[in-house]
Amino acid sequence: MPRVAVVVFPGSNCDADTLAAARAAGCDAYYVWHRDTDLQRADVVVLPGGFSYGDYLRSGAIARFSPVMASVAAHARAGGPVLGICNGFQILCEAGLLPGGLMRNARQRFLSRPAWVRVESTDTPFTRLYQVGEVLELPIAHGDGRYVADPGTTAELEAGDRVVWRYVRDNPNGSTNEIAGICNAGRNVVGIMPHPERRNAPVLGGPDGARVFLSMEARNATQHAVDVRAVGDRHLRV
Amino acid sequence: MTAYRVEVRVMPRAALLDPQGQAVEHALHALGFGEVARVRVGKHLLLDVEAASRDEAAARARAMCDRLLANPVTEDFDVAVGTG
Repeated sequence: MPRVAVVVFPGSNCDADTLAAARAAGCDAYYVWHRDTDLQRADVVVLPGGFSYGDYLRSGAIARFSPVMASVAAHARAGGPVLGICNGFQILCEAGLLPGGLMRNARQRFLSRPAWVRVESTDTPFTRLYQVGEVLELPIAHGDGRYVADPGTTAELEAGDRVVWRYVRDNPNGSTNEIAGICNAGRNVVGIMPHPERRNAPVLGGPDGARVFLSMEARNATQHAVDVRAVGDRHLRV
Repeated sequence: MTAYRVEVRVMPRAALLDPQGQAVEHALHALGFGEVARVRVGKHLLLDVEAASRDEAAARARAMCDRLLANPVTEDFDVAVGTG
């Protein structure tokens, strides 16, 4: 059972949903306050959605200097999985853990509605239970969701198979290359603008987001299996 | 140490879409100000800074922009130091 730290910033408002989605997927999920620096042996760190620091200055610009972020960066540098959802994605970009940035939606308005994304890469800790090309219906709720990066960075993302989700049917915010989510070069840090935690059960309108959280569990199981085999055959147990 | 009034102007990168500027431009056209060719909207920050010199105040303000006040991916900035 992977240990999942859900970081709570002042102004986070998807922390409870994210915790519930991780627990529903069988994870041992718990909160970490942004002023704490101990991630409590987390296997996975999630930065949830919301409006940290009221989106003052720029979305995520102040939260990235919260004390917990040094620990999140260290976890990421060590190869630990980190997922940023919506405001969490903005914070990861501001912190330089993901390239590019998120700007005001092209049509100015805050959007709260379903969107459709195609899974472009399953080679991340959060998408391994999806199929490439699957189209998911996930809610969006953002004013600053337009992903931008300079042409060189965009080309690197495309060439490296680092666009993880792409909007289909329409591009709600005018993002570069219809990008809805990306990963870093190490593939362990992932950001997504839509909200998988809000669509993880039929009662919430569908299960399309659930496998983001189930993938964390699957990764953990695989990793432990490898670890055990490395010790010796008599411990072989998944 | 002297107190300096530092003005920081942060603007969205010229190459990037500025939907706020576009909306203002359209509104100006609708009001009959057809001579406006382009509008861009940015931020203006006023900082009261203690420094030993004007140059030091400007250098510190630029460091603040690099760390926090501007996002190098999406924004450009300039710094002007007034008298103390």
